[in-house]
Amino acid sequence: MGELTSARQVTLEGSESGFATTKLEDLLGWARKYSLFNYPFVTACCGMEFMAVSSPRYDFARFGAEAPRFSPRQSDLLWVVGTISQRQAPVLRRVYEQMMDPKWVMAFGTCASSGGFYDNYTTVAGIDKIIPCDIYVPGCPPRPEAVFDGLMLIQDKITSGNRTPAIVKPRNDPATALVKLRASAEGAVLEGKRGRRDEEPGR
Amino acid sequence: MSKLVLDKLKEKFGSDVLETHDQFGDDTAVVAPRAWKAACEFLRSDPALDFNLFVDLCGVDYPERSPRFEVVLHVYSVSKRHRIRLKARVGDAEGDEAELDSVASVWIGANWFERETFDMMGVVFKGHPDLRRILMYPEFEGHPLRRDYPAQKTQPLVAYRTEEEAGLAVDKVAPFGLDEGMSFGRRILQAKDN
Ligand code: SF4
Repeated sequence: MGELTSARQVTLEGSESGFATTKLEDLLGWARKYSLFNYPFVTACCGMEFMAVSSPRYDFARFGAEAPRFSPRQSDLLWVVGTISQRQAPVLRRVYEQMMDPKWVMAFGTCASSGGFYDNYTTVAGIDKIIPCDIYVPGCPPRPEAVFDGLMLIQDKITSGNRTPAIVKPRNDPATALVKLRASAEGAVLEGKRGRRDEEPGR
Repeated sequence: MSKLVLDKLKEKFGSDVLETHDQFGDDTAVVAPRAWKAACEFLRSDPALDFNLFVDLCGVDYPERSPRFEVVLHVYSVSKRHRIRLKARVGDAEGDEAELDSVASVWIGANWFERETFDMMGVVFKGHPDLRRILMYPEFEGHPLRRDYPAQKTQPLVAYRTEEEAGLAVDKVAPFGLDEGMSFGRRILQAKDN
């Protein structure tokens, strides 16, 4: 299990059983963050990565979030996994409205976060256009690690009560990776030219 | 490929076969809209042709041409192992009067493809058993794959939240900055221009 770590919490050691004092809302937050019931609203290719996240190799059960509930009335965390088309928007909205408070929403993948490259008549460009969203996990699809970053971010937000939307930052900026790639490719070309010139006298 | 199919079509329909070619081995015939259904029935029922497998039906919009739309049908014969592409040109510059006979009664597989072509292009298939939109919702206005449909125009079914309601910028580019993630896409390019 987790630990009570708020500054407002005092753990007293020494007695035989030990006890802790806390505030009710902190205790509730602590209990909630380790027992998230998921509603996976899986619509597109990101669903494959969702399966990876939920299966034993990555295993989000480690975070107390293993129980999928296919009834929105029993769930706390709505995973919006994949592209939301305009036609589907009323359904998503209704699923969200049926969930009991307190509830959290995670936009899984670029499509759910911002519409991604679907910039046209079909797609809702970001689920926050129709429902509130707590966490954005960018990536097409995001790596399971990014999803766990998002899940832990949600847990933090549950304990702190902060409902400001948050974004999972990429661990490596893909733009820098591209720059590096290009530099190394150019380097290799230069290298190749030099190599050939060096060889010529020997031939 | 086989010249037989094109020859038989020309022989049967004469001047209603507007043009034919077999570039890249794909036999293609453009037929007059009034001969569309008769040609399809002929392809299906003639024992030497025997086109028994419906492959595809779609529409193409050429705004600069008149007639404006081209309806393209692909069929294949499993027994004779030949295929043909059949085209018909319909519709005026405004996109009206784009009408063609339905061939859903000839190949049952054409049913949903004609609905899709109707939905995306606005070509009306006369005699279709159930010509409704198939991909877009009934409230949708216009036909999204026509070239004059604005590329970024959306018709939301759920009213979008306002910025006050959401407490953050709702109309955003990808939420992780311009230089990260996908750098293509119209909105990002526009943001870079500004
Ligand atoms: S973000 Fe990429 S992987 Fe995920 S649903 Fe969209 S297109 Fe598919």
